[in-house]
Amino acid sequence: MARYVAKRVLGMIVVMFIVLTTVFIIVRLAPGDPASLMLGPEATPADVVALRARMGLDQPVVVQYFSFLGQIATGNLGQSIFFNQPVTQVIAARAEPTVLLTLFSIVIAVAIALPVGILSAYTRGSLFDQGSLSTAMLAASVPSFWLGLIFQQYLATGAGWFPVSGFGSPSATFFERVHFIILPSIVLGIVNSALIIRFSRAAMLDVLNDDFVRTARAKGMSEWRVVIRHALKSALIPIVTVVGLTFALLISGAIVTERVFNLPGLGSLVVGAVLRRDYPVIQGVLVVIAGLYVLINFLIDMLYLAIDPRVKY
Amino acid sequence: MANAPAHAGGPGLVKLLAQRQSVVIGLAILFVLGAAAILAPVVAPADPNKLAIASRLTPPGWAHLFGTDEYGRDIFSRVIFAGRVSLTVGLCVAAFSTVAGVFFGLMGGFFRRLDAPVSRVVDAMMAFPDILLAIALVAALGGSVLNVIIALSVVYTPRVARVARASTLVIRELTYVEAARALGVSTWRILANHVLRNIVSPLIVQATFTFAYAMLAEAGLSFLGVGVDPSTPTWGTMINEGRKYVSSAGWMILFPGIAITLCVLALQIVGDGLRDALDPNLSKEL
Repeated sequence: MARYVAKRVLGMIVVMFIVLTTVFIIVRLAPGDPASLMLGPEATPADVVALRARMGLDQPVVVQYFSFLGQIATGNLGQSIFFNQPVTQVIAARAEPTVLLTLFSIVIAVAIALPVGILSAYTRGSLFDQGSLSTAMLAASVPSFWLGLIFQQYLATGAGWFPVSGFGSPSATFFERVHFIILPSIVLGIVNSALIIRFSRAAMLDVLNDDFVRTARAKGMSEWRVVIRHALKSALIPIVTVVGLTFALLISGAIVTERVFNLPGLGSLVVGAVLRRDYPVIQGVLVVIAGLYVLINFLIDMLYLAIDPRVKY
Repeated sequence: MANAPAHAGGPGLVKLLAQRQSVVIGLAILFVLGAAAILAPVVAPADPNKLAIASRLTPPGWAHLFGTDEYGRDIFSRVIFAGRVSLTVGLCVAAFSTVAGVFFGLMGGFFRRLDAPVSRVVDAMMAFPDILLAIALVAALGGSVLNVIIALSVVYTPRVARVARASTLVIRELTYVEAARALGVSTWRILANHVLRNIVSPLIVQATFTFAYAMLAEAGLSFLGVGVDPSTPTWGTMINEGRKYVSSAGWMILFPGIAITLCVLALQIVGDGLRDALDPNLSKEL
């Protein structure tokens, strides 16, 4: 097992290396001189030269590349041009709404999808099964920002059940801030539950016909116990995998949903950085989010070892 | 030498698809939306950019089927014209990412030495959430329809490559490929005649879903104001423009949103139908 973990860690390092190289290339694809673009047309040549030197743009590309890798290795994501602060600080200050939104959305998506998926598989071919599959397909087709605007209009502005937008005042308590996150999380949870419903249904269908489930029934176990204690436990691996994959979808959804609800998270940070051409921030957000994705998928692989005794490496 | 066994295709596939009511409905929706987009100048009752301040924010009615926006522009006409951009982006991204993804997938799946590098690059590219990578690429390339197509094609190529690689790995080991090798058929001929022909089914299904995802992503980029030029009507930019008027003129976001949802839903239904028809084993599960 130690060999497997070491192999996976090595694979993760290789993937992160390619991620960093891709980010480096993307940021340098921009036409024109980034320093001139950032400073605007009114900047003096001396300002441009100074910024180029500050950003290391006066060095050869190869030197810039290795210096970029070196910086990342030491946890330095560079300096934001607009905020005039280290990118790590800028990201940390904006991370809370995105992290909360992603976590709550995952919880809501799983809370919707798991019971629906299990019941769908259990009542395969029934009206409920067909209805839930059709609803899941519809949910996956709705743009999250559109659903967000509709929910915002009816449930926040109209009914007044939720705050319309924002993340509360800086002095707001954690629970007050969570209140601002619930409606956007419901929107993202609904949209992203579709994939989990389909996978949990498929995983349960696979397991419900297995011999060990038949044996459990033959032993006179209650249906509840058979389905939850035996079948669901075995179906957990594909379900956990798809929940991990949903993370990338959720981040994409969070970026656009944040705009609907004016949440000061990483989505609004990166969109603002694009409009202001603050390349170090775009670079930093890409590295952090892709890095998190790689890490989460590694942790899920490790989780397999814990939840399924059949998995041995 | 006998060719590799082919999956359901041609008239057989059409018959299989026609048997499914949902697929027929999905295809009909796509046909109507596609035809409206192609024939936009003929079908649209008004110029999509014609300003008529006197009739601004008119609710849906006989004069303006979907109402008007804050500049008095006819929303029905704008939805039809916007469909041109959104559908073009979806179709081009599906086509380009399929061609590029198949190339990388075939290379990785067929040539063992290329498998590890291709797979690692695919893993790395898939670590970026689609919208985030597209935002970064559009930021670097500049906002235009062509650049959005390029950016989204880069985003979806690894997803196609993964499907193509997995299918190639299976086909590579089959007896008829071995037989072709033993007969001295060239590698490129094996790839084209025996491997590619037999991985077409999952690729068609994947292309349909890529079309749908690309349309959603394009709408997201336009909504964020980092996609195509904001003066070009797309369903996403229309929703972005309408968000200030949700309380007073909800129709401004309602109809473009329905158009995106209908189109993506139709593509998903057709994709599911194709998968069911082309791969009966998988269809039982999902």
